[in-house]
Amino acid sequence: MTVTTASSRIRQGARPAGSGGGRRPRRRRSTLIGLAFAAPFIVGFLFLFAYPIAASAYYSFTDFNLFQSPEWVGLDNYVQMFNDGVFWKSLANTAVLTVFGVPLSIGIALAGAHLLNTPVRGQPLYRALVYLPSIVPVVVGGYLWRWMLNAEYGFVNFFLSWFGIEGPAWLQNPDFTKPSIIFLSLWTVGGTMIIYLAALQEVPKELYEAAELDGAGIWRRFTNVTWPTVSPVTLFQVIVSIIGFLQIFAQPYIMAQERLNQASSGPGQSMLSYAMYLYQNAFVFLKMGYASAMAWTLFLVTLAVSLIVLATSKKWVHDGSD
Amino acid sequence: MAVIETTSRTPRRRRHLTRRVRQQISVALLALVFLFPLLVMLSTAFKTPTDIFSSPPTLLPAEWTLDNFAKAFDQIPIWRYLGNTLFVSGMCILGTVISCPLVAYALAKVRWRGSRPLLILVLATMMLPPQVTLIPLFLVWNGLGATNSYLPLIVPAFLGTPFFIFMIRQFLLAVPDELIEAARLDGASEFRTYATIVLPLARPAIITAAIFQFVWAWTDFLNPLIYLNDESTYTLSLGLYAFFGENDVAWGPLMAACVLFTLPAVVIFLIGQKFFIGGATAGALK
Repeated sequence: MTVTTASSRIRQGARPAGSGGGRRPRRRRSTLIGLAFAAPFIVGFLFLFAYPIAASAYYSFTDFNLFQSPEWVGLDNYVQMFNDGVFWKSLANTAVLTVFGVPLSIGIALAGAHLLNTPVRGQPLYRALVYLPSIVPVVVGGYLWRWMLNAEYGFVNFFLSWFGIEGPAWLQNPDFTKPSIIFLSLWTVGGTMIIYLAALQEVPKELYEAAELDGAGIWRRFTNVTWPTVSPVTLFQVIVSIIGFLQIFAQPYIMAQERLNQASSGPGQSMLSYAMYLYQNAFVFLKMGYASAMAWTLFLVTLAVSLIVLATSKKWVHDGSD
Repeated sequence: MAVIETTSRTPRRRRHLTRRVRQQISVALLALVFLFPLLVMLSTAFKTPTDIFSSPPTLLPAEWTLDNFAKAFDQIPIWRYLGNTLFVSGMCILGTVISCPLVAYALAKVRWRGSRPLLILVLATMMLPPQVTLIPLFLVWNGLGATNSYLPLIVPAFLGTPFFIFMIRQFLLAVPDELIEAARLDGASEFRTYATIVLPLARPAIITAAIFQFVWAWTDFLNPLIYLNDESTYTLSLGLYAFFGENDVAWGPLMAACVLFTLPAVVIFLIGQKFFIGGATAGALK
């Protein structure tokens, strides 16, 4: 009781002389201070987000080629998308990458995190090495994997030959271009692995020891101890990973490159991702309105998929209450 | 009793040992899988053309050569691209370090009505696909005559990156209010309090953001691709992309250039490793 009075008295005394006694001016002052500190982001929000969001929503209903002012066409762009075979092709390609890429990256990240959580010598070095590819420029990663996947001189087919498998011409055969892109994506899964590792380190060691004493095998220990602990992180990872794969651009763009400034999309357009086709429409064909409509469709698809995952998550995410 | 104990102990210890060995091997193999492509890049950069095109491939060059590096410097204006990339990355770091802690402070430590709505805005912008804003932003910069300059790559960093703002805010939440209160009571202005108390305390979070920003700017591909069309302005990402598209692929010089391009990021990564690994998990857990 006395403490509060004392501190409030001090605060009153510390108030600048001119600010009067009322509550209002102080509140206004703190609002001004808050605004001043937040100013960079507020400007950034208006310039980098608010205006572009409104503008792109408007462009999506227009025919706009950069040289003439936008012409209102209503839902034409969206209707055109429905009848555009290439649009569907790019969407299907992206869906395939997502459907295979997301579970593979989550699975590999979780399994790898387990290994990185074991008490072996030089563990910090191993963790750093696994993370390392994540900081390699995507251009470098793309060319490096093109070289690794080279049908004749690449290491991937060489390793396959050890098992008597004759490797395919990865980037020339439309059936194998998507696995090629996924290889490159999985190579940079270290960040996800490190997040899982941090989650695993939160699991009390006693739980594992108790489970082991009860004779629980590796699978039982995983389902009963590990999974409940990491499932909230998994939800986060699944959503981030889905968003990442739905927006995939640079990896296929670089791996499909043939000649500079050519809209290469791989054999049979098998590497044309949704974001690549969007980019082509905007900056190669200069169909800014159509590309904007594609951007909003991507946003809605991303939102819908994320909400579906969230809705199912009640069934498989443990919130710690049990 | 004692006899029973020793006999039951030995097999268990042996099992324990083999398990340790098994784990050691598994972890080493995991790391090797991730490291291997980088070793291939490194070795290809030092190989002679005949060596590069040998089937089956070998990891170590039969004959080591520096020719590829000489050719890379000869065929690609690496120094210019390097300067451009350093300039862009440096300015992005500067922008991030100036703006993000300011906004994070407004979110974490200034008690004002706007902090909650602001936080929601920051989080919402993190979730918006960049494709949505891509076209209008390009048109704005184009209208301002700023395409083919570094402004579109640099200015956003000065306006605060949502991810870094959120990261530093999370860090600031853990800083005790009493420290800041004390400075305010001593009559320090709000900015002085921020500059002398908060900034030094937030240094680990700010360094983490700076390192991440460096790697992002250093490796960025999409923005240079969209905004830079004059070869003299190219960053390394774009320079390498152009080199690959213009030539019948000379894998040796290309891999040499890739090594040079990757090296600075690796060095920064090794120096700032603990910040990196800490930053990767910030925001993901809790």
